[in-house]
Amino acid sequence: MSVLEIKNLHVRVDGNEILKGVNLRLDAGQVHSIMGPNGSGKSTLAQVLARRESYDVTQGEVLFDGKDLLAMKPEDAACEGLFLAFQYPVEIPGVSNAYFLRSAVNAVRKYRGQDEMDAMDFLPKLREKMKLLEMDEKFLNRSVNEAFSGGEKKRNEILQMAVLEPKLAILDETDSGLDIDALKVVANGVNAMRSPDRAFLVVTHYQRLLNYIVPDRVHVLVNGRIVRSGGPELALQLEESGYASVGSAAGAA
Amino acid sequence: MSSNTDTIRELAQQEYKWGFVTNIEQESAPRGLNEDIIRFISAKKDEPEFMLEWRLRAYRHWASLEKAQAEPKWANVHYDPIDYQDIIYYSAPKQKPNLKSLDEIDPEIRRTYEKLGIPLAEQKMLAGVAVDAVFDSVSVATTFKAKLAEAGVIFCSFSEAVREHPELVKKYLGSVVPYTDNFFAALNAAVFSDGSFCYVPKSVKCPMELSTYFRINAAETGQFERTLIVADEGASVSYLEGCTAPIRDTNQLHAAVVELVALDNAQIKYSTVQNWYPGDKNGKGGIYNFVTKRGKCAGRNSKISWTQVETGSAITWKYPSCILQGDNSVGEFYSVALTNNFQQADTGTKMIHIGKNTRSTIVSKGISAGHGQNTYRGMVRILKNAEGARNYTQCDSLLIGDKCGAHTFPYIEVKNSTARMEHEASTSKIGEDQLFYIRQRGLKTEDAVSMVVNGFCKRVFRELPMEFAVEAQKLLSVSLEGSVG
Ligand SMILES: Nc1ncnc2c1ncn2[C@@H]1O[C@H](COP(=O)(O)OP(=O)(O)OP(=O)(O)O)[C@@H](O)[C@H]1O
Ligand SMILES: [Mg+2]
Repeated sequence: MSVLEIKNLHVRVDGNEILKGVNLRLDAGQVHSIMGPNGSGKSTLAQVLARRESYDVTQGEVLFDGKDLLAMKPEDAACEGLFLAFQYPVEIPGVSNAYFLRSAVNAVRKYRGQDEMDAMDFLPKLREKMKLLEMDEKFLNRSVNEAFSGGEKKRNEILQMAVLEPKLAILDETDSGLDIDALKVVANGVNAMRSPDRAFLVVTHYQRLLNYIVPDRVHVLVNGRIVRSGGPELALQLEESGYASVGSAAGAA
Repeated sequence: MSSNTDTIRELAQQEYKWGFVTNIEQESAPRGLNEDIIRFISAKKDEPEFMLEWRLRAYRHWASLEKAQAEPKWANVHYDPIDYQDIIYYSAPKQKPNLKSLDEIDPEIRRTYEKLGIPLAEQKMLAGVAVDAVFDSVSVATTFKAKLAEAGVIFCSFSEAVREHPELVKKYLGSVVPYTDNFFAALNAAVFSDGSFCYVPKSVKCPMELSTYFRINAAETGQFERTLIVADEGASVSYLEGCTAPIRDTNQLHAAVVELVALDNAQIKYSTVQNWYPGDKNGKGGIYNFVTKRGKCAGRNSKISWTQVETGSAITWKYPSCILQGDNSVGEFYSVALTNNFQQADTGTKMIHIGKNTRSTIVSKGISAGHGQNTYRGMVRILKNAEGARNYTQCDSLLIGDKCGAHTFPYIEVKNSTARMEHEASTSKIGEDQLFYIRQRGLKTEDAVSMVVNGFCKRVFRELPMEFAVEAQKLLSVSLEGSVG
C-alpha cells in the first residue's frame, strides 16, 4: 500500500517553475532518498508536500495514504501524520520546547478525537525520547530552536518526529550540520522508528548518511525532475562521479 | 500566503465581547464644563471644602491651558480635536450613594459585572481578590471590606476616602501627580468623580490581591477616575485594574490619574489589563485613553512595579512612571501593548533616578497588527546625586502584516557618571516561516499566531499575578484575531 504517490507534480514559486513534473511512489515500510544538486528543487518538493501555501501547484496530483494531499492545509496534513524535518528549523522565542511539543501532540490528538495529554503524562514520554537521542534535559525548557547550534536544531527536529510518530517523515538535509557522533545518534533514532507502516523520504547530499540509514530507493532530482532512480548503489555512484554521470535534463523515474 | 491571510481575516470578524450596554437609570450632569459643574460634582459627593477648592484650582489651571491650546500634541497619535464642552462629566447610576451592603446594588449592574466575569457577591469572588467596581463615574461596590479592615488595610472608593479619611487624602492627593502636571491631569483633578483608594499601614502585607474594575456604560460620558495607593513603611500590596466599555460609534474620553506612594521598605505592584473598546475594524468609535500614572518611591529600599497589558482603546497615551527618590529604591515597568485594526498607542515609561543606588528595569513589548500604530516612548533620567544608578531597558516590537507600524523613542539623560545603562531593542515580524513551521506540527493558524505572540510577551506575563496571566493571554489571542492582512 503506498503512503505517498506523486503524479506529474508541477510547482511554481514566485512565478518560476521549480518542479517540472515529478513522479514518485513511496510504500509503507520503505525509505526513499532524494539527492540532487543545489537548487534542483528538493526542499521545494518537501515543502509542497508539507503544504506550504505560497508554493503554487500548477499541475499534478499527490495522494497521501490515499487522500488528496494537495487539498489539505499544513496542519491537516500534519494531523494526518505527515512530518517535515526542516532544512532550516525556525526559532520561536519565549515558547519552551516542552510546551511546543505538547501543544503539537495535543493538536494531533484533538484532530483524531483523542483526549489531550497533560504535562504529567507527557513529560515522561518526552524524556524517554530525549534519552534515545542523547539530548540534555535543559532543552526541555529552552525556547524552541532559539540560540540552538546548527546540529542541535537538527537533533531537535528528530526529537519532534520521534514524539509525533508520523506515518510519513520527510527529512530535509537533516544530516547537514551534524558531527559524526550526532549523525550516528540521529540515524539510530530514525532506524528505531522504521516500521512496516511508516515511510521516510530522506533528502541528502551525502552518501555518508545512507550508510547508516539504508534506503530502499534513491532518486536523483535535477532541475525539477527526477532523472534517475535506483537502489542504494546509485548513491555510491553519485559520490564517485557526480551528477554529470546521471545526465541532466532527460530521463525518467 | 493568501489562504493564511484569509483565515486570519475571518477570525478578525470576531466582535468585541464586552460591548453591551446596561439599561439602568442614570443621573447625569448637563453637558459641558464650567465652575458650576465642578461645584455640582463636589456637592453630589458631599465633599469637604478642601476638596472643592482643590478641584476649582485645578479647573482654573486647566481652563488656562485649554485657552492657550496647550493640549499635548507631541504624542505619535492622531485624532480630531476634542470638544470639551460636548462631554458629560458626571454620570452615575440613580441609586443611594451609600450602600450598606453589597446586596443593595442594582441588580442590572450586578448582572453587568457578572457578564464581565466579575461577580460582586463576596462568596463567589476569586479567592483572595478584593474588588472595587467603578461604573461610569462612581464606585458601586467594594468587596471583602471587612477582611481587609481586620488587617488595617483601607480599600474603598475615592469618594468614601475623602469623607472618611480626609487627613490621608489631603496628605497624599496630588503629591505625585500635581494638577499642574499636564493637561489631562488638570482636567482629571477638576472633574474626577470616583476611583479607588488604598492605604496599607506600617509593616502590613496586604492579605489579598486588590482589584478595581472600571466600566464605562453611559454614552457621551467621560470617565475620569483617580486612584491613590499609599504603602506605609514596610508595607506591601499588589493591585490590579481592569477596564471595558460598550461598543459605541463615537469616541469617548477616559482621562484617569493614578498616584502611588511607597515609603521606606514598602512595595507596590500595580498591574493593568486594559481592554477599553478599541473601535471597530474601520477605526470608528472607541475609547481615548489619556492616562497619567506615576509612582513615587519616597522611602529607602522601596519598590514600585508597573505591569500593563494594553489591548483596548482607540488611542492610548500613557506612561506609568517611577520617581526613585529613596536610596536603593527600585522601579520596574513591564508592558505589552497591542494595536490592531486602526488602534494607536503611544506608551512607555519614565524612570527618574534621584536617590543613590536606585535601579530601574524597563521591558516593553509592542505588537502591531492590521493598521495599528504602536509607539514606545521612554525616558530614563539619572540626576546628579544618583550615585550608582542602574537602568536596564529592553524594547521589542513585533509586527503582524505589513500595514502596521512600530516606533521607538528612548530618551536618556545622565547627569552622574557612575550610572550604568543597558539598552536592547529589536523589531521582528511574525513571518510566514514561523507560522508554517508551527502549523506543520499540527496547530491551526490562530493558535500559531497566539503561540508566537505569547512567547514574545512571556517576560511580561511572568510579572502578572497568576490569576490574571491566563486572562491576559486569552485577551491577547482574542484581540489578535484577524490580524494578518
Ligand atoms: N521565492 C522564490 N523565488 C524565486 N526562486 C525561488 C524561491 N524559492 C526558491 N526558489 C528557487 O527554487 C530553486 C529550488 O530551491 P530548493 O530550495 O527547492 O532547492 P534544493 O534542491 O533544496 O537546494 P539545496 O540543495 O541547496 O537545499 C532554487 O533555484 C531557488 O533559488
Ligand atoms: Mg534544500
